[in-house]
Amino acid sequence: MKLLEFLKRERKKSASVAKERLQIIVAHQRGQRGQPDYMPLLERELLEVIRRYVQVDDDAIQISLDSEDNCSVLELNVTLPKS
Amino acid sequence: MAKIIVVTSGKGGVGKTTSAAAISTGLALRGKKTVVIDFDVGLRNLDLIMGCERRVVYDLVNVIQGEAGLNQALIRDKRVENLFILPASQTRDKDALTQEGVERILEQLKQDFDFIMCDSPAGIERGAQLAMYFADEAIVVTNPEVSSVRDSDRILGLLGSKTRRAEQSLDPVKEHLLITRYNPSRVTSGDMLTLDDIREILSIDLLGLIPESEAVLRASNQGVPVTHDAASDAGQAYTDTVSRLLGEDMPLRFHEVQRKGLLNRMFGGSRR
Repeated sequence: MKLLEFLKRERKKSASVAKERLQIIVAHQRGQRGQPDYMPLLERELLEVIRRYVQVDDDAIQISLDSEDNCSVLELNVTLPKS
Repeated sequence: MAKIIVVTSGKGGVGKTTSAAAISTGLALRGKKTVVIDFDVGLRNLDLIMGCERRVVYDLVNVIQGEAGLNQALIRDKRVENLFILPASQTRDKDALTQEGVERILEQLKQDFDFIMCDSPAGIERGAQLAMYFADEAIVVTNPEVSSVRDSDRILGLLGSKTRRAEQSLDPVKEHLLITRYNPSRVTSGDMLTLDDIREILSIDLLGLIPESEAVLRASNQGVPVTHDAASDAGQAYTDTVSRLLGEDMPLRFHEVQRKGLLNRMFGGSRR
């Protein structure tokens, strides 16, 4: 009986795993939606510059562009490792 | 005023051409003068699905390049009045489509037709962008499967930024979700994304739900759009979809496992 329940639960999982994965990737895609085409390159080059001084991971940098009334704010967050 | 509707998806093989053919046929059956244009330059297939592949003389690119008039290239459907097909070219030159050329053709078609359906190629390259550029509405065809849903979301992003309506800050392109190849029994067993999952992730209105059906392959084998198979689940689902596109309120069907009656279970042959 236990085994049957276990197997059942395993089968139930695949669609909900798909949903969770999609929610994350779609949220990420939407975050990038309105932004200018140069953002991915800007992000990569900024990471390169930072790495000349500190060794950081790929996901240690977060960059976002927010538009307000008449100006845009480029926000850059870098998590530095403890030295 | 003619409505331009793009049938798009990003991912290939999800049922764009099947849906474009079935919905165009359904619109024409409802008395709407409809033309369906194949934008898949180099890999045309709409003619096969519509069953008019042997009557193609001129194509979209011929008209754009001035080698033929629009009326010479339009193929009249043999089964339904009011339905015309504008086939894609088999040329390998991807630059054969120009924005100006497409605009000119659409403007000309607008004079004559109620609905102009643009069957988009897969991907997000030039052909796909041109198919959606002038659209008033978009039917985003999605399978209950991760890569299809993700690509549909990418297409929604493009519809909101790379279309004439977006660029000129007009009313946005009206987006409709069409779920195809839905298999209620796999949804019940937990191995397929549910209708509500997809709706929630993409957050656009559902236009229709087409169950996975043997009738679809049968229809494409014969070159008869599945809408004509009025006894089939897929045919009925597309007919419902067309009604909703025309603004009618239709309850959803085929999203739950069909319970077979005793007689059907004893004598029923293949699933229709």
